[in-house]
Amino acid sequence: MSYRSDTKLWLAQRASAGVLAVCVTVHLVTIVYAVRGGLTAAEIFARTRGSVGWLAFYTVFVLAVAVHAPIGLRPVLTEWLGWRGRSRDVVLFIFATALVWMGMRAVLTVFA
Amino acid sequence: MTKPPARFARDPLIRGSYVALIHRLSGVGLAIFLPWHFWALGKGLEMDAFLRWTEQPLVKFAEWGIVVLLAAHLGGGLRVLAIEFLDWHEWQKSLAALAGALVLAAGLAFALAL
Amino acid sequence: MLRVRVWRGGADGALQAFEVPRYPSQTVLDVVTHIQRKLDPTLAYRYACRVGMCGSCAMTVNGVPRWTCRTHVDKVVQKNQLTIGPLRNLPVIRDLVADMRTFFDKWERAKGHFDGASTKADDFARVPPDSPERKTIDAGIECIGCGVCYAACDVVSWNPDYLGPAALNRAWTLVQDVRDEKTIERLQAVAGDAGCHACHTHMSCTERCPKHISPTAGIAGLKRAVAKATFEGKL
Repeated sequence: MSYRSDTKLWLAQRASAGVLAVCVTVHLVTIVYAVRGGLTAAEIFARTRGSVGWLAFYTVFVLAVAVHAPIGLRPVLTEWLGWRGRSRDVVLFIFATALVWMGMRAVLTVFA
Repeated sequence: MTKPPARFARDPLIRGSYVALIHRLSGVGLAIFLPWHFWALGKGLEMDAFLRWTEQPLVKFAEWGIVVLLAAHLGGGLRVLAIEFLDWHEWQKSLAALAGALVLAAGLAFALAL
Repeated sequence: MLRVRVWRGGADGALQAFEVPRYPSQTVLDVVTHIQRKLDPTLAYRYACRVGMCGSCAMTVNGVPRWTCRTHVDKVVQKNQLTIGPLRNLPVIRDLVADMRTFFDKWERAKGHFDGASTKADDFARVPPDSPERKTIDAGIECIGCGVCYAACDVVSWNPDYLGPAALNRAWTLVQDVRDEKTIERLQAVAGDAGCHACHTHMSCTERCPKHISPTAGIAGLKRAVAKATFEGKL
């Protein structure tokens, strides 16, 4: 029944929202701090490479985003573009996979 | 029957529907931005060339815009979480104002740091 | 004199202009009634009690859904002009009269009716009026089905399947009713993309409800109740 999957999507969205509220706050604070005085790639990587803590943090961040963004777009596609049904959900799943792939590539580049 | 709250004698200035619209538009904006953000970070040591590009004022403005989108989306999102998960209270109608304040603070902080 | 533009026709139609004498303490319903009685008897509109109890006179006044009998012209007039139309999000029968059938069909689809198990042979159910469930119900029970919240809701206008704030609010009051036996079926009926999960907390319903009910609160309650029932394996 669709109400079961819709309920799970709603729960996943709120759970990832909670995780992201923390991640985004930390990220914003970190970025505001780091942006002061300009940055070079060397400077960034000196701070970040080899840091297991930050690697774990940003992995969680990427996974939470990959859950939250596609589910968030779902009602926009339905309500504003009239896109309903399986094709919409398949495309969103592909988007989620793309976010995980590109996100983990970025995380590993910066932190590994 | 409950007494009408004085607040609704006039139409509220910052409406839930405006906050929800900003929340939605900022979310779409972020969803479009994120793949590019991941792509840029994945460039590794070529990043210096990319970082020099980001020194341009237009790019700085865009960066500031993205931070504001993030803060707006977070503010609107916290409002949704408060309404959906906390028992109903009258102050929940004013969460729109709080969301706005958060955005302002974040935008200011980032602008000052740039 | 007030300049009044009134919707004439069905889904296709046009605004027709009238000039109406302005009086102190005049309501929008007074204005519409003047037009129909003195200026154009072919104008179709609804009202009944004219004292803010029945909700029949709900229309769109300068873009906002309101009870016209309880809307003073002074409060809503803009540059001496009023624009009056039928309630939004509902098919138009004619002029200012909206077809309320979808509104009530969705009420039924949300299982907005009481389903108890006791018979007249049983004793009365004892429900303390200050119990949390009853207080929650009291905050939402005064709904008279006027359709203003439904007309105000953006999600209703974007998603034709969405049950809407009134139906969901009623379902919530029934979910809280300890005497009702059909909670699970009701939660199944209101969950999903056409139900409570489609509410994006714009709160236009809460802003506009003339009975000061907050359907947003009820819908949030339904979201929590559905989540809880899902975790408990009941849904």
